[in-house]
Amino acid sequence: MMTLLPFVKWLAETRGSIALHESLYMYPVIESVHVLTLCLFVGMSTMLDLRLLGLTLRRVPLTDITNRLFPWMFVGFGVMVVTGVLLFYAIPIRSYQSIWFRMKVVLLICAGLNAWIFHATIYRSVRDWDVSRTVPPRARLAGVLSLVFWTGIIVFGRMIAYNWFDCDRPEPALIVTVAGCTADQQAGR
Amino acid sequence: MNLLPFFQWCEATTLGTAIRETTWAFAVIESVHLLALCVIGGAVLVVDLRLLGLGLRRQRVQDLARDAQPWLNYSLAVMLLTGTGLFLSEPTKCYYSTPFWFKMTSLALAITFSYTIRRRVVHADEGRISPGLSSLVGVVSLALWFGVGAGGRWIGFSG
Repeated sequence: MMTLLPFVKWLAETRGSIALHESLYMYPVIESVHVLTLCLFVGMSTMLDLRLLGLTLRRVPLTDITNRLFPWMFVGFGVMVVTGVLLFYAIPIRSYQSIWFRMKVVLLICAGLNAWIFHATIYRSVRDWDVSRTVPPRARLAGVLSLVFWTGIIVFGRMIAYNWFDCDRPEPALIVTVAGCTADQQAGR
Repeated sequence: MNLLPFFQWCEATTLGTAIRETTWAFAVIESVHLLALCVIGGAVLVVDLRLLGLGLRRQRVQDLARDAQPWLNYSLAVMLLTGTGLFLSEPTKCYYSTPFWFKMTSLALAITFSYTIRRRVVHADEGRISPGLSSLVGVVSLALWFGVGAGGRWIGFSG
């Protein structure tokens, strides 16, 4: 099985990673920016999803929302990615072996695919339903899926902070497999 | 006035003790708190950006505000409910936490401002509010809510 363990172990030895990990203020500041940018990115994306479901901004043409709010969402997403990468860089091995982190990455890919499929298919005909209050079922489905994926991403992201399933403690076989714990770690070496 | 005895009483409540002693409780409540943060963020930002002449510029402020208001109300209710649960699990820590008091002060100001001055401005008829006043209200609202969020995140890093 492919493993990135040697890579993250190397990453953890780099000066930047150690400096970030040991910093008194940098880590909390990056973490705070990561969390507060949720308001900008997921907040805006939630308003768009709710619009697709006909639950808010019903009289606003969908293209107004996409044209005017996407730039803000892109900025928010960029900040989340940069701060997220830095948070991973500060604690590479533990993050890599976190089942929460792994499930979060899977859901991030799902959310990306959902957004891509939405734009590549049903959104192409947006002119036909731009101002209507009820949008095609496929667009509504994209809104629901987006809400579900982002809920999962946020919950799993928050859970990374907890050590319930860390590899340095004895874990059941399922967790060992999903987290990619090594035999050495499980033996307490 | 010394609030410490009250905070200690909170810590001894059945609910506070239950949350503190259940492994998953704090994490789950905190997650819901974060999910509501996204909704409140979206509902506040859409209107505040518009007040600053950004974002959904082609819509009237009062239309956006009317659509966003229920979501601000819902998410604020969830925030207060889950926030109370989080607080009850560790009141003594909060009592000695500067970020906690900073957050509570910002929160009181943000709620008061949102449901008085900002509410009147965003629901006012178009043209009655000058662009300067609109921008000021948007900036104050964003600053107060940012204080709530930043203070809240910092409670976890202190003590």
